[in-house]
This record gives sequence, structure tokens and C-alpha cells, in this order.
Amino acid sequence: MEQVLFALGTILIGVTGCIAYFYFSNLVLDIIFPNKGANAGRNINLTLAIRPWLFMGPAIVLLSVYLVYPVVNSIWLALHDSNAQQFVGLDNFFWLVGDSKFQESLRNNLLWLIVVPAASTAFGLIAAALTDRIKWGKLAQSLIFMPMAISFIGAAVIWKFIYDFRGEGVPEIGLLNALVNYFGGEPTAWITLSPGNNFLLMIVLIWIQTGFAMVILSAALKGIPEETIEAAVIDGATPLQIFFRIMVPQIMGTIAVVWTTITILVLKVFDIVLAMTNGQWGTQVLANLMFDWMFRGNDSGRASTVALVIMILVIPIMIWNIRNAKKEMS
Amino acid sequence: MENIAGHKPALRWVVNISVIVLVLMWVIPTTGLLVSSFRDRDQISYTGWWKAPFQQEQNQIFRSQPPDTQFEADGEFILEGNIFEGEEGKVLAFGTSSRDPTRYQPNDIGEMSKSRTMVVDNDGNYRIASPEPHSGNRGVRIFATTSQPPKMTLENYAKVIFSEGLGQSFLNTFSVTIPATVIPILIAAFAAYALAWMEFPGKYILIACVVGLLVVPLQLTFIPLLRLHNTLGIGKEYLGIWLAHTGFGLPLAIYLLRNYIAGLPKEIIESARVDGATDFDIFRKIILQLSFPALASFAIFQFLWVWNDLLVATVFLGNNEDQLVMTGRLRELLGSRGGDWEILATSAFVSIAVPILVFFLLQKYLVRGLLAGSVKGG
Repeated sequence: MEQVLFALGTILIGVTGCIAYFYFSNLVLDIIFPNKGANAGRNINLTLAIRPWLFMGPAIVLLSVYLVYPVVNSIWLALHDSNAQQFVGLDNFFWLVGDSKFQESLRNNLLWLIVVPAASTAFGLIAAALTDRIKWGKLAQSLIFMPMAISFIGAAVIWKFIYDFRGEGVPEIGLLNALVNYFGGEPTAWITLSPGNNFLLMIVLIWIQTGFAMVILSAALKGIPEETIEAAVIDGATPLQIFFRIMVPQIMGTIAVVWTTITILVLKVFDIVLAMTNGQWGTQVLANLMFDWMFRGNDSGRASTVALVIMILVIPIMIWNIRNAKKEMS
Repeated sequence: MENIAGHKPALRWVVNISVIVLVLMWVIPTTGLLVSSFRDRDQISYTGWWKAPFQQEQNQIFRSQPPDTQFEADGEFILEGNIFEGEEGKVLAFGTSSRDPTRYQPNDIGEMSKSRTMVVDNDGNYRIASPEPHSGNRGVRIFATTSQPPKMTLENYAKVIFSEGLGQSFLNTFSVTIPATVIPILIAAFAAYALAWMEFPGKYILIACVVGLLVVPLQLTFIPLLRLHNTLGIGKEYLGIWLAHTGFGLPLAIYLLRNYIAGLPKEIIESARVDGATDFDIFRKIILQLSFPALASFAIFQFLWVWNDLLVATVFLGNNEDQLVMTGRLRELLGSRGGDWEILATSAFVSIAVPILVFFLLQKYLVRGLLAGSVKGG
């Protein structure tokens, strides 16, 4: 209880502090440069120039400390040894290229990058197209969207239960093995079988992300002008033709946004792998490898190097996003 | 689009059935966990959760009353009792050894070593007779195939909340989440207003930076920030994680709010300026009220993200009772209680209950936020 009170106290102090900062800094500005009197014109111009920086001050400081500085510092760390004492040049990168766990992680990450965004977007598109046409579509969307609210680790527990394996002579309580049993197969500890186990982990993320894709794509589908569809109907197009030739091409931009958003998430996938296999049985991924070197390996050089690789993979999307944002603004 | 499906009943059926299948695929995993969290511990490990509402048929091992309850009758030493101990149930078959646990029908006379005999009837009443006095201090093992009504219980919840430490973790998660949700909003709102409606050099570069920072992998930030926090003395403190979550949440907050605030009608802001209001007044009196939907969207995002986060909490908070958040506790339980599904299922459900509640109550704002800024990746 004590720390909840502490938390509430902090909110109060934090919020009051924020308000006080913004209020008093603006007040001080208005007192130093009053917009009347002898120098009114010059003062107004000065306040107009200074005020934006008062507004953005805290945000700029926090962004610099918590996001910009770490990126720069990581590059420095990657060029140093495990305790950040000795400059080692590109040694960490050479080690990385030769490391078998890194190769495995990179391979798996590429697999994730292909399968998860593709499957989530495809399922999302199907779900969006179908639920738009039925009366209880809103409810169906809600239910498919719901896993989005579940933590990755919670989802990992849910799916670990499905993949559970009990062993011979004991009734299977995991859904997957019960089904395998029902259809006459041999129950197996599927999660330990490489490379198939990678797909079992991917299913978890697809399950979470499909709802996101569906919500965005459903909105895009609703934005398609009715005339284009009506024209196709009059021309005698079948529903499938309408969907693939008329509707999908018109929402290509949105599909790309959904795809890249999920791609970024996939690059950072961590909790699911940590909770379900911890990178064993050939399922290691970059984010978990980084975590391994940070906490178990205690090697800031190698951990930073792995993190930089993730950053490098994200950069193309970063540039694409910035370009899009620029286009929207102009 | 109604008209496409509307005219052909066959097609409408196909669509409806496809959606039902899709929804089932998405709902069943969570349902399995929810059902299991209410089941009796033994029943979870004997039958799949999909059999939960039905009569539970299972092979079980019971123990008779201990030898000190024996009595003598007709020259034999007798142990008597009921294997169900007051609960409801039927015996379908029984056995006296693990090699053949279903050998006898109810009321048959089962043979045991040392000329002992065992009889178990339909209702679970047993009678074990021996020519010599029963020795030792534990009861005799009875193997039985039983059929019992399904048992639903709230015990699992009481157990994880009070004795597995999940109650404490719930408070810890709360302590992390609330400040980490509230603090970024105000800071971001001011910055967003400046980026939307004020003129200054470097504005577009700053916006580009915010968009770029949206996708920076958090992994990259951990080691530098942890070193920084340790130097400042907030390495494993709540203050540290609040600041970290605030920093990580700001790009999305600024991006979402700027998009929204930039879309507000120009006339309102300009007429206020003509009336002599400063930007601070405009922000305080007009912007904050008008941008409530965007503020709500971001608040929900940030709340869900912080509540569900495991990574940041593992890095910036300790593992002790006062700091372990629910996601961290769940991870620990996965390691230490791997096969105890009643514990895992219930713990998972306690940890996802609040986000799911928030999700269903405030879905409208969540969707709106997603549509406004679908570039965040965590």
C-alpha cells in the first residue's frame, strides 16, 4: 500500500511540477518582456521566438537523454570491451559475424520478418473484409482485436498451455496434442522440435497482431468510394474479383503501413521467446540474444553490438516513415 | 458493400460461417486459460479444459484410513471408509496394485498380498480386511477409476493473490503504470502544440526527429541508460522506471497529439490570438479541452504498453517483493511452477484482467488512436 501512496504522491508532485514549470516559465517570460510599453514590438517578437522552446523544453531534454544519447553511447560501447574500459575497434563485430548463436538469431529474425507481418496482414485483411459485411461484425472485430490488450508474457502462457506435452500414458491437456491424439498422431513436445517450433512461437505474435491489422484495414476499406464498387458490380464482377482487383489496390498504402508497423515490432520480439523457449532448441532471436549478453554474459560491448544490428535493420523503415511524414505535412 | 453479400443468401452463409470460425480461432486460446483458472487442481491435470463442464472420468490413487483406525470383527482386522471423503462421485473400477489399477468391478473382492482383501462399492465405500493387524502408519493405496462431477472453484485465485505474491505484484504494477501514463501526457501536449501552431526555426527537423525516434529499438537504450541511472543513484528505483517510460512514450505521444492538434480549426486559434491571448492561454483554455479524444487515445496506449511491459521493468526495476511487477512474476512462475497450470492460468488471468477491462470499456479511443498514429512499434 505504501508504494501506491508513494506513486500517487509522485503523480501529484510530477503533475504539479509540470504545471508549475509551464505556468511560471511563461509568466516570467511575460514579465521580462511585457507586450506593452516602450519596447512592445520588440518584446512581442522576442516572446514569440522564445515561447516555443519553453513549451518543448522538457520534451526535448527527455528525448535527448532517453533516446538520442543512448544511440550515440551504444556506438561507443560497441567499440569497447565487456566492461567498457578498453577500446577494441571492430572486434565485437568480427566476433558477432562468426558467432553461431548470432547467425541462428539473424536467420530466425528474417523468418519472423517474412512470416509474421505477412500472416497478420493477410488474416487482418480477411477478417476486416468479412466482418464489414455482417450484422454482428463489430462484436466479431472486438473479439479478434482483444489479444492486443494481453501482454506478450500472458499470451506466452496461454499458448504454452496449448502446446503443453504430458508424456506417455497420461491424458494430454494441451489442445494441440489432444487434437494430434484425436486424429491418431503421436503426442510430442512440439516446442522442442526445430525448426517447426519457430512457427509455433510466431503464431503467438500473429494471434496478437491480427486484430491491429484488421482494425486499420477495416477503416481503410470503409473509406473506399462506393462508386468504384458499384461500377464493378454493374460490370458483373464477382465478389472475389471486386475484393482483389478493386478494393485491395485502393488500400495498398494502408497495407504498407500495417506491414511496416508489424515489422518493427517483430524485430524487437523478445518476451515471447524468453517465456516459451528462452532461445533454446534453435529459436533464438536478436532481441533475446542482446538480453542474454547484457544480463547473463555481462558484456556491454557485445550486447551493444547486437542492439546496433537491430537498429540497423530498423533504419530503412525509419527513413520511409520520415519521408511519409514529410509528404503529409507539405 | 452490403449489396454484394446481401443479394445472395448462399454467400451470406459462407461469410457468416467464416467469421464464426475466425472468431473461434481467436477466442479459444484465452477461453482455455480462463476455464482452467476456475478448475480444481487435480481435474486440470487429468482432463483437458474442454471437458470441464462434463462428468470427470479419471484414474486416481487414494489412501485408506491409517491403521490406527482399524477394528476387529469376526477375527479379521478391518479398515473402512469412503474414498471420496464426503464429495460426490462414482467408482467405475478399482484395483489393488499400480500394475493393474482397473482390474476389479465395484463390489468384486480384490486380492492383496498377505491374504488381505479389498472391496470397493459403487459409491466409493471401501472395506479392507486382513487376518493380521494392519501395521505401519500410512493407509493402504486404493486405485480407482472414478467419475466425479466437475469441480469449479475460486481457490486458485485466493492462492495466487495471497500466497504466490501476485497481490503485491498487482500493487507494484499499479505503482509503475499510473505515473508512467500521466506524466508524459502533459509534457507531450505542450510540445505537440508548439510543433503544430507555433513558428520557429528548425520546427520541421524536430518533427522529423520525433517520427524517427518512434522506431528506435529500446534494446539499444538499456545499457547506456542503466549506467546513467546507476550513476544518478536511481538504478533500481521507481523514479528511474517512470522517467524511462516517460522518455520512451514521448515520441508516440507527441506524434499523435501533434497530428490531432494540427487538425483543429485554424479560426479558433487565430481569433483567440487576435483577442490578445498568449499561446499559454490558448493552450490552457482551448487546446487541452478540444484534444481530449487524442489525450485519451494516448493514455490508453501508454497504459496498456506500460502495464504489459516486461522488458523495461526487468531492466530498470529490481526483483524484490516491493518491485517485481506482474509480468515479471509471471515469468518467474513459468520457471518455478512450470507444470502447475492452475497457478499459471490463474496468475496470467489476474495479470491480463485489467488491460482487458480497459480494452473493452475504452475500445473506441484505442481504435481512434491506432488510426491516427499507426507507426509505433513498442
